[in-house]
Amino acid sequence: MTQYGFYFDNARCTGCRTCEMACKDYKDLPVNIAFRRVYDYEGGSWADAGDGTYTSDTFAYHVSLACNHCAMPACMAKCPSGAIEKDGKTGLVHIDQEKCTGAGVCVTTCPYNVPILDSETKKGVKCDGCADRVAAGQDPVCVESCPVRALEWGDIEELRAAHAGTKAGIAPMPSPDETTPSIAINPCPAAKDPGDTTGAIANEKEVTNVPA
Amino acid sequence: MALNEAATLSRRTFVKGSLAGLALAGAAGGALYGCSPKSEDGGAKDGGATGATDQIAWSQCNVNCGGNCIFQWHSRDGKIVYMESDNTGDIDLQARACLRGRSMRRWINHPDRLMKPMKRVGKRGEGKFEEISWDEAIDTIASELKRVIDTYGNEAVYVNYATGMYSCTGKQPGLRLLSLLGGYVNQGYDYSTHMLQAIMPYMFGSAANLDDDGNHATLGKPATAFSPYDNVNASSFSEAERASDLVVMFGNSPAETRMGGANAVWDFAKVREAVQGRGGRIVNIDYRLNESASGHPDEWLPIRPGTDAALCSAIAHEWIASGQVNKEFLDKYCVGYDDDTMPESAKGQNKSYKDYIMGTGYDMVEKTPEWAAPITQIPADRIRELAAEIAGAKAPFICQGWGPQRHTNGEDTTRAISMLPILIGQIGLPGTNTGQREAEPSVYLVGSLPAKNPIETTIPVYQWVNAVDHGHEMTATNAGILGADKLSSDIKFIWNYAGNCLTNQHGDINYTHDILADESKCEFILVWDTVMTDSAKYADILLPDAMRSEQLNMQTQGYSEYYTAVVVGGPAQEPPGECRTSYDVCADIADKFGVKDSFTEGKTQEEWIQELYEAGAKADGDMPTWDEIKKQGVYKRTLAPAIGLEAFRTDPVENPLATPSGKIEIYSETLADIAATWELAEDEAINPIPVFTPGFQGYGSVSDEYPLYCTGFHHKSRTHSSFGFIEELEAVARQQLWMNPADAESRGIADGDKVAVKSPAGEIRIEAKVTPRIVPGTVAIPQGAWHKANMSGDRVDEGACVNTLTTYKPTPLAKGNGPAHSMIAEVTKA
Repeated sequence: MTQYGFYFDNARCTGCRTCEMACKDYKDLPVNIAFRRVYDYEGGSWADAGDGTYTSDTFAYHVSLACNHCAMPACMAKCPSGAIEKDGKTGLVHIDQEKCTGAGVCVTTCPYNVPILDSETKKGVKCDGCADRVAAGQDPVCVESCPVRALEWGDIEELRAAHAGTKAGIAPMPSPDETTPSIAINPCPAAKDPGDTTGAIANEKEVTNVPA
Repeated sequence: MALNEAATLSRRTFVKGSLAGLALAGAAGGALYGCSPKSEDGGAKDGGATGATDQIAWSQCNVNCGGNCIFQWHSRDGKIVYMESDNTGDIDLQARACLRGRSMRRWINHPDRLMKPMKRVGKRGEGKFEEISWDEAIDTIASELKRVIDTYGNEAVYVNYATGMYSCTGKQPGLRLLSLLGGYVNQGYDYSTHMLQAIMPYMFGSAANLDDDGNHATLGKPATAFSPYDNVNASSFSEAERASDLVVMFGNSPAETRMGGANAVWDFAKVREAVQGRGGRIVNIDYRLNESASGHPDEWLPIRPGTDAALCSAIAHEWIASGQVNKEFLDKYCVGYDDDTMPESAKGQNKSYKDYIMGTGYDMVEKTPEWAAPITQIPADRIRELAAEIAGAKAPFICQGWGPQRHTNGEDTTRAISMLPILIGQIGLPGTNTGQREAEPSVYLVGSLPAKNPIETTIPVYQWVNAVDHGHEMTATNAGILGADKLSSDIKFIWNYAGNCLTNQHGDINYTHDILADESKCEFILVWDTVMTDSAKYADILLPDAMRSEQLNMQTQGYSEYYTAVVVGGPAQEPPGECRTSYDVCADIADKFGVKDSFTEGKTQEEWIQELYEAGAKADGDMPTWDEIKKQGVYKRTLAPAIGLEAFRTDPVENPLATPSGKIEIYSETLADIAATWELAEDEAINPIPVFTPGFQGYGSVSDEYPLYCTGFHHKSRTHSSFGFIEELEAVARQQLWMNPADAESRGIADGDKVAVKSPAGEIRIEAKVTPRIVPGTVAIPQGAWHKANMSGDRVDEGACVNTLTTYKPTPLAKGNGPAHSMIAEVTKA
């Protein structure tokens, strides 16, 4: 089996949300559902020298996350109706809308908070890796949209081989040990390891779809 | 607690519903959040790629970020359902739309689209309208236009600054029509580069010093005049990528101002990787840790806004004190560095730049790093390090965005930044830049609908409100009028096509409202738009425009990415309701004046576009035929890197600048004359050399009542005010006031709190983003949010438009919009 996944160049990402909005357009998602989200992670403080000058160790970076199509998807393991399947050829994880009973277990189980309960259909929904496009030989629409070419798509092992020094998790993501996500990240100079406590998500309302 | 647990706990808090979980913002730390959608109203589904599509149509983004990114519309049953952007050819050269372009369908198919012509029925600015027929609208416009021209003359007609519908046929039909009717008063400069456009020609060359053949009027050689929009005065980012080892950016964040994919943000990504790859570095000088430096915080040098000239002066001091200036270059290529090259009129009077810096002239203050430190908030040692770093670079690429000049002291700041490469002679050489913003493309493949205004009288664009109020008093020396000694009339007719500069994007909305609401001043306002903007509320007649994707459209690449292209395509869907193209409407108005044939020359808009394309193709030689471009939609190619002022550097005698001396005029005798002859207020000064001046509501102007500096910046959810009503964008990039934790804590303000921001000009309500990404003592507001206030009540702006807070005071020389970024304010919990 080929395991498809995303390469994410965290050193290039400017947090612009184009990937998220391209997905929302392509999938025709309403304002309160996003299959890809961009987390702003920030920390640091200021030192007042007392003479009118200051120094700072402030940092900020962005993490763009869709479904990681994990090798060991927690959502699939816990789904009470067996609605979540991992494709045998591509490794893409998708939610069968016919089988889904809307129990919402995937929503609470996924350590990346990817699945969402659609308030209209009462079904779990999430990124399917643009399976139709991939089957047609195209990249997912988010990959094709990135203004700074920070996203790539393909066989995750090939992506890891092509980009030296990638990681499978940076803060605020959890440790990759849990579900073995199919993501390869080129960390920016500011990136912190999973479990970091020096920073915090700075755009909580934006990633939780609080109406503006 | 492991992060995993934290994530789970916090997530459950959210799933329980309610906003209570938000209180955990600090405590929850690094947890990722997920939740069920909170609103039952998920929005109607009307598109997406779930079904088959039956048409692909090419088009281009129409707004003013400078990108003109490429759209590939997929339609079904005559309606746009989703977009792909540019996915053609080399992946390095794709004009990929940004988050806003990718949300254009939400605009085009928005339920708030204006559908029918309307006339005002309430008080002006109240926003009360009644639908009318196109016949009535065109009759009214034609008769009012005729009445104003007959009564006051053509100089009473003003076409307001507007950039919401870029295209070869967007705004142009109006300009063509008005030109045929005798013309209109021109606008000089623009809201983007007002101060630098006015002042830089005195330093780098002015078209006023050229003869009809483009030769220097006294030196007789081909000479170059300054423009912020070319690749002669500045180097391209691709040149930095090719050969620089140090890129120093002042107030320059392409990741926020130029976000599209073949746009400067992508150029900059390549610059960083190339410069770092050869062991070099980026320095990003800004009051915010902006998105261009996000991920790379070591590149950030925090500075108080509006004080760049103080930093540059201190760097100059270090170079002069340590003998690092390039005296040979300064003597050969420049005027006024020291007394050796001062013009006769100012020689021996301690008026040189060196006298200013070393404290032997002007204010007699030595501009040491210790002097600059408390002004800029940058420690003196850090200033010395930066001075050494720039002096030690082989090919420093020094550039500025357009933010530093958009201050009340912008005319001095923009020149002060350019002094850095000048002082060390790092201009016109490989990998260097002139201190200006990066070069713009040299090639535009097609023209636009022709129009030639017979009137030469020009007002600085920010002065239009004064020209409505008291234009007849405005002269060249008291108001910066260009092309004439004075205005012959107040503005009585405003033509406003696809722009929001009547209020929202102009400045001092509360003051401007009062001027516009007085119908005895401006007697008629025509507005043309697609949705009800704040400016549209001031229309006497309001016309519903067709989007560019709803008609055959042609456009070149934008002005901020360094390549050349043309896109032809559409319509992707028919215009809704009674929306019409501006070309067809202008042809109908022309008919009322009996000039329809002159206006159309017997051609439809489609025929004009074909003619313009074919003229471009003939001149270019490499472009596809009309039939081919109609099929392929896009033609594009790369441009070679450019080095600013390379010819001048190579041979300054054969290739002079269009300054009086033919050299870089650090000291401008012309400016000294202007300073001596113009009527200026007591708190205004025009300086012949680049100095640090605080400016109105600048450094040192904070008070007990307004103890914070306040400024504006470009935000990802909007291009200026375009897209400002798109809920999907606002939800992922909220309108928030940036505030340092120190300033927030002392006011009891927490992240996410609703706050009141009050300036001498007005008051807004906005959500606080408490973040260390902004310097202490300054707050910042994303510009372009839609003004929302009861103008007959308390005028408190719930929409958080920054121009509710700006004070209308044009700058000394440019008479420009410096107050856009220079404000003082107080913030309290609302």
